Amino acid sequence: MSEVIRVENLHKTYHMGDVEVPALRGINLKIAGGEFVAVMGSSGSGKSTFMNILGCLDRPSEGKYFLEGNEVGSLSPDEWATIRNKRIGFVFQGFNLLARTTALENVELPMMYNGFHGKERHQRAIEALTLVGLSQRLDHTPNRLSGGQQQRVAIARALVNRPSLILADEPTGNLDSSTSGEIMALFQKLNVEQRITIILVTHEADIAANANRQILFRDGLVISDKADEKALREVKCSG
Amino acid sequence: MQWLMTFRIALRALARNKLRAFLTMLGIIIGVGAVIAMVAIGEGAKSTIRAQIASLGTNVLIVLPGSNSQGGVRLGTGNVNTLLDSDARAIVRELRSVSFASPVLRRPEQVVAGNLNWGTLAQGVAPEFQQIRDWQVADGRFLHEGDMESAAKVAVIGETVARQLFGNDNPIDMVIRIRNIPFRVVGLLAPKGQTGQGTDQDDTLMIPYTTMQKRLMRITWLQSIVVKAVSAERVPEAQEQITLLLRQRHRIGQDREDDFNIRNLSDIAEAAQTTARVMAVLLGSVASISLLVGGIGIMNIMLVSVTERTREIGIRMAVGARGRDIMLQFLVEAVVMAATGGLIGIFLGIGSSEVLKEWAQWPTLISPTIVAIAFLFSGAVGVFFGFYPAKKAANLDPIEALRYE
Repeated sequence: MSEVIRVENLHKTYHMGDVEVPALRGINLKIAGGEFVAVMGSSGSGKSTFMNILGCLDRPSEGKYFLEGNEVGSLSPDEWATIRNKRIGFVFQGFNLLARTTALENVELPMMYNGFHGKERHQRAIEALTLVGLSQRLDHTPNRLSGGQQQRVAIARALVNRPSLILADEPTGNLDSSTSGEIMALFQKLNVEQRITIILVTHEADIAANANRQILFRDGLVISDKADEKALREVKCSG
Repeated sequence: MQWLMTFRIALRALARNKLRAFLTMLGIIIGVGAVIAMVAIGEGAKSTIRAQIASLGTNVLIVLPGSNSQGGVRLGTGNVNTLLDSDARAIVRELRSVSFASPVLRRPEQVVAGNLNWGTLAQGVAPEFQQIRDWQVADGRFLHEGDMESAAKVAVIGETVARQLFGNDNPIDMVIRIRNIPFRVVGLLAPKGQTGQGTDQDDTLMIPYTTMQKRLMRITWLQSIVVKAVSAERVPEAQEQITLLLRQRHRIGQDREDDFNIRNLSDIAEAAQTTARVMAVLLGSVASISLLVGGIGIMNIMLVSVTERTREIGIRMAVGARGRDIMLQFLVEAVVMAATGGLIGIFLGIGSSEVLKEWAQWPTLISPTIVAIAFLFSGAVGVFFGFYPAKKAANLDPIEALRYE
């Protein structure tokens, strides 16, 4: 398996007036293709900042970020937009679907920014919604869908441009435990069947247990990085 | 992002807040409507004035006897009797810049026909008067040279006079009496309508100037001479030459003032045109201000809309929208709003100017240029006032925007 993400000596410092608040203080990580990684940590540990940088939404103060071998930390905002569009899928805690817009149109949204037209866009959105098990709810707006269904729509939207990486920020934070289980099962299925690399932020240990690798953040540093045997084996084979 | 889709997104966003979109557009609707209606009124006034000036006869100069002072008492214009028939003939004969000249004598007279009578303006004129003032003959003939020589008792009457004295009957060859002198009606003038000052030009009667001098006024001089220059450009030249000619003919020494005045209708025409133009500009600019106010309304609502939809902007950016995609989306929304408002405004403007024309008898003239300009301008207002809110949306930080509640 090839390397999807490599960060070297990643720092991020926020300036609150005169005070400098360090959020990341030197992160070094490699994530290989096909891994299912859980990023854990209490609030303020720097895990959200880390995810924002991985998602090309925020710029590191120092250090380098390689996505599929290319340094992307210093690209222009427009180039970032293209990376977010083509190579990364986002899943958020609050779903972040467009209100008063059908499930199908929500899933079509990322394709509006990369030149897919009419029929093809339609077809791919339907495929993505079928993959998450919502082929019967194409024309439902978010307010007519349950939380779990909304999150499935969001996952379909993340998948529709066939990215190599999905970043999920507390995807089960707003869901009850049985629905959380369904969503995690969906992530596992995507990871295994579609070979999509998934990085998931959570503070719940039982959610993190679904992943093959658990990385723990505290005070802007990685304090533990555990991979279960299966994942290790795969990484070693490719390395 | 494709244009058609951007357009559809904009339409849908507007459709979600129909009342708000309509109220925002109302500013532009009223602005564009006002511009079109006001300019139509201004243009209507301008063309009416132009037509009226044309009906007065263009390129026309009027030579009036000058003022005369006797023992320190300065009398008004027209109180000297030095202006003669021979002057009028000399002007046409000797000056190349002049195409026609006609003596004119005027006096209000009571005209009697059968048991009806009517007070009107009697004018003693030469045949050339017809060309100078652009009169058309509806029936019969105009006065001719023979009438002048014989001081014939013939008259050409205006449409109003004919109606008052003869009703719907044919007035040709009927006899009318002025101061008990019988005149035969030889011609009926085609109606000209009112002048710019509201005088009915058709309420008149024309007889040979010789007849007017000898039989009605018993004078030998002229009250005025109207002169038509060969072209509008040569009016100043004609004016100069007439001055020289008349000074010479009246034997006026170098140190003495003219005993006549020359008035130039093109001055009046120009003044009237300028007034109308100023009015059109004034109306137009007042209306443009309301268009500007409409634009500010659009900007205001677009700013509110950007704030309201911060989260949507964040989502779009997260899934790959570039700054310019977001900007285009909001810009198109503003332009759609402004252009739709402009389109409705055009219909409103045309409609209201038609209503004015129909019910208030106000002459209006819709100029297609103004319609096009107003529409383009409303689109430009959309771009101009939509730009700042759109830029603001495009510059949002996606992380902040996604967190926005």
